[in-house]
Amino acid sequence: MATAKQEIGNGNGSLKYVGTRPWRPDGVDKVTGRAKFGADISLPGMLVGRMLRSPHAHARIISIDTSAARALPGVKAIVTRDELPDIPNQWVPAGEVAVNYRDMSQNVMAREKALYDGHAVAAVAATSAAIAKQAIDLIEVEYEVLPHVIDVREAMEPDAPVLHDDMFTEGVEPTPETASNIFKKVEFAHGDLEKGFAQADVIVERTFTTKPVHQGYIEPHAVVASAGEDGQCEIWCCTQGQFTVRAYCANLLGIEIGKINVTPSEIGGGFGGKTVVYLEPIALRLSQLAGRPVKMVMSREEVFRASGPTSGGAMTIKMGATKEGKITAAKAWIAYQAGAFPGSPIGPGCMCVFAPYDIENAEVEGYDVVTNRPKVAAYRAPGAPISEFASEGVVDELAKKLGIDPAEFRLMNAAKEGTRALYGPKFGPVGCIETLEAARSSEHYKTPLGPNQGRGIATGFWFNIGGESCATINVNEDGTATVIEGNPDIGGSRASIQFQAAEALGIPPEKVRPLVADTDSIGYTFLTGGSRVTFATGMAAIEAAGKIVVQLRERAAKIWDIPVDAVEWEDGYAKPSGSNAGEFEPLSMAEIAAQAGKTGGPIAATASINAQGAGPGFGTHVCDVEVDRETGRVTVLRYTAVQDAGKAVHPSYVEGQIQGGAAQGIGWALNEEYIYDKDGCLENPGFLDYRMPVASDLPMIDAVIVEVPNPNHPYGVRGVGETPIVPPMAAVANAIENATGIRMTDLPMSPPRLLEAMDNGGANGGA
Amino acid sequence: MARVVLPTSLAKYTGGVKELEVEASDIRGVIRALEARYAGIGRELEEGMAVALDGQIHQDDLFAPVRPESEVCFLPRIGGGNGFLQNEANFA
Repeated sequence: MATAKQEIGNGNGSLKYVGTRPWRPDGVDKVTGRAKFGADISLPGMLVGRMLRSPHAHARIISIDTSAARALPGVKAIVTRDELPDIPNQWVPAGEVAVNYRDMSQNVMAREKALYDGHAVAAVAATSAAIAKQAIDLIEVEYEVLPHVIDVREAMEPDAPVLHDDMFTEGVEPTPETASNIFKKVEFAHGDLEKGFAQADVIVERTFTTKPVHQGYIEPHAVVASAGEDGQCEIWCCTQGQFTVRAYCANLLGIEIGKINVTPSEIGGGFGGKTVVYLEPIALRLSQLAGRPVKMVMSREEVFRASGPTSGGAMTIKMGATKEGKITAAKAWIAYQAGAFPGSPIGPGCMCVFAPYDIENAEVEGYDVVTNRPKVAAYRAPGAPISEFASEGVVDELAKKLGIDPAEFRLMNAAKEGTRALYGPKFGPVGCIETLEAARSSEHYKTPLGPNQGRGIATGFWFNIGGESCATINVNEDGTATVIEGNPDIGGSRASIQFQAAEALGIPPEKVRPLVADTDSIGYTFLTGGSRVTFATGMAAIEAAGKIVVQLRERAAKIWDIPVDAVEWEDGYAKPSGSNAGEFEPLSMAEIAAQAGKTGGPIAATASINAQGAGPGFGTHVCDVEVDRETGRVTVLRYTAVQDAGKAVHPSYVEGQIQGGAAQGIGWALNEEYIYDKDGCLENPGFLDYRMPVASDLPMIDAVIVEVPNPNHPYGVRGVGETPIVPPMAAVANAIENATGIRMTDLPMSPPRLLEAMDNGGANGGA
Repeated sequence: MARVVLPTSLAKYTGGVKELEVEASDIRGVIRALEARYAGIGRELEEGMAVALDGQIHQDDLFAPVRPESEVCFLPRIGGGNGFLQNEANFA
């Protein structure tokens, strides 16, 4: 008897639908405005929730007086630290990972101290937005303002203001007896560093810094929460993981997971920033107290002041190479600021820093450091763009000192199958070399440059992950199908799941409707992140489709009254497997579905998997810039981004991911930064002053897909969403260096900074 | 005997040993063998670490088969991340 796993594919081994570019399944709803985002959800009797936020970067909260606000007509509930459970400071297993719910709870609502400008201190639910605002203004909070620290290096100094007096650095022996802002130290090493540097003919050492930058999603955080009298809770919100929201709200408020149902809305960008909760548990607590649904929507200012950016970093990189062009040793010291609570992406930053290269001797030391800023959240390939900006600058400088073309130098040292990564394992089949070769052979890389113009190249790495996913396929009476899955679609995953299910069923994608379900309607599925959905949930969909095909063959066998082994499935039809099976006209899915009631009942299947074997992603970017020597302005003239997708399920979406990542990385490189005043308050919480690139700032990003199949996926898929933000900062910096001779080591490389560096004859920051 | 590679962060359990050989038929067996040799390391390995088995990363996959010639590298757990997570790499 056939098994589901044997049934995947369209029967003849080739791909008919995966790799094609039909219309996007979500396109019409989005361009017509029909798509429902978080703030579009409304319920009868719904209250409006508003948050009071700390105006101080670091302050002890002496008292909170809500009496005047509670007396205001129309105010139905108020939540402060007193209305939330106290949670012990411990790491607890939570599905795939360990979570510190005390820190999470203190981030959504301050307890003893406010730890950053914008930290939530109280929340109000009222019958109108005007009353809610009035009530917020009536809450009196007495603060004792404390010294603050914003910069990561300053936060590591022994005399820095300490945010948490119970934080003693982990990862050092013996554990310090004095509290500090350094949460933990991590180390990775292999080979003999001293020997490696002794073999080098050229050594380059540089210090770099990057600024925290926001994910910049267009849609602010939004939630509607409703707690019923029976204890059953409903949450509608924009999130990258409805199951994550469910678990976090349950644990923060002491509610059974089974009593919460979370429905994800359409999502207007996430990029990692919507893997967390801010408003959701507070809106739910307000609803519990008020007995009515509560809606909360962040303003753009709140998004900047209180939701996670990614870390800023300080790094020193030292690398050595022989005159023949072989990198012999690499060393990195890296510190990332985590914001007000521990948990920067220092681990992946350290693991990725030298990943594009085959280096025998390497050491990395990293630090996770708290500062008086919003708690960082994930942002596309968290940690990797920061550290790889630094290492790719040093790689470029080594190539220049050796007189070797920078693409050629990278190719001479590129990671390949069998290369041992600094963090332990040997790579399987990877496409680092293929992306470099495609970039080097591109017409772009060979085009001559004009005056004040420069060209930079950089390579980037990201792991990609798998994880837990479910998918259900229901075959409808007319032979169409619905594929139900649990990952909010932030980058085209509905299409990629639809296509993979269609491919495995052997029917056109337009016959398969993809649907993202609430937590009560599909099995546990890990969040949309880690470039995992097309790979992992795609495999779940393929497996579910395989089970459907088994059923379809069994039904055809019944209809024909022959053994199931005499029936094969090919291109959406059941066919006799040979002349001995009998002479029968092929049966389509529609014909079999129409008789489902007579042959055993509805045709449906679910697959639940923990997908292993995600293929790592490599990308190489080429950037041309022109530098205005009078103003320091950098114009990106041309940009080509090459990436290994394994297999591009819907190439247009893959190109969109590559273009989006490159655009965000260019903004990170040239303009984006948080500006704080002397009191640690954010001065630019809006898109007018926080300068992200817009369409008129950039040329068309030329996306080039190379395909080195991932052997662990039936169609060869690798994740693609994160890798493209890794190379841009270094590609831009290397291009500026090529144009001006100045190595910019501090981001952003904004006009004032570049002008100052040019005026100083090339000195920039930590160089 | 499978070859096991441990990260620097677990040196406190092993007295600095980073590479060793163990006999086991699956990842759970490797963890149990290491716990028997270095008391306390098992919980960290099971709850805080991912495994690269012959170069392929596995998470929460205790029953993945290990061959005598396998290489089993433990590395920081790779999860979806919000930064409140311990021993893990964050992902967007």
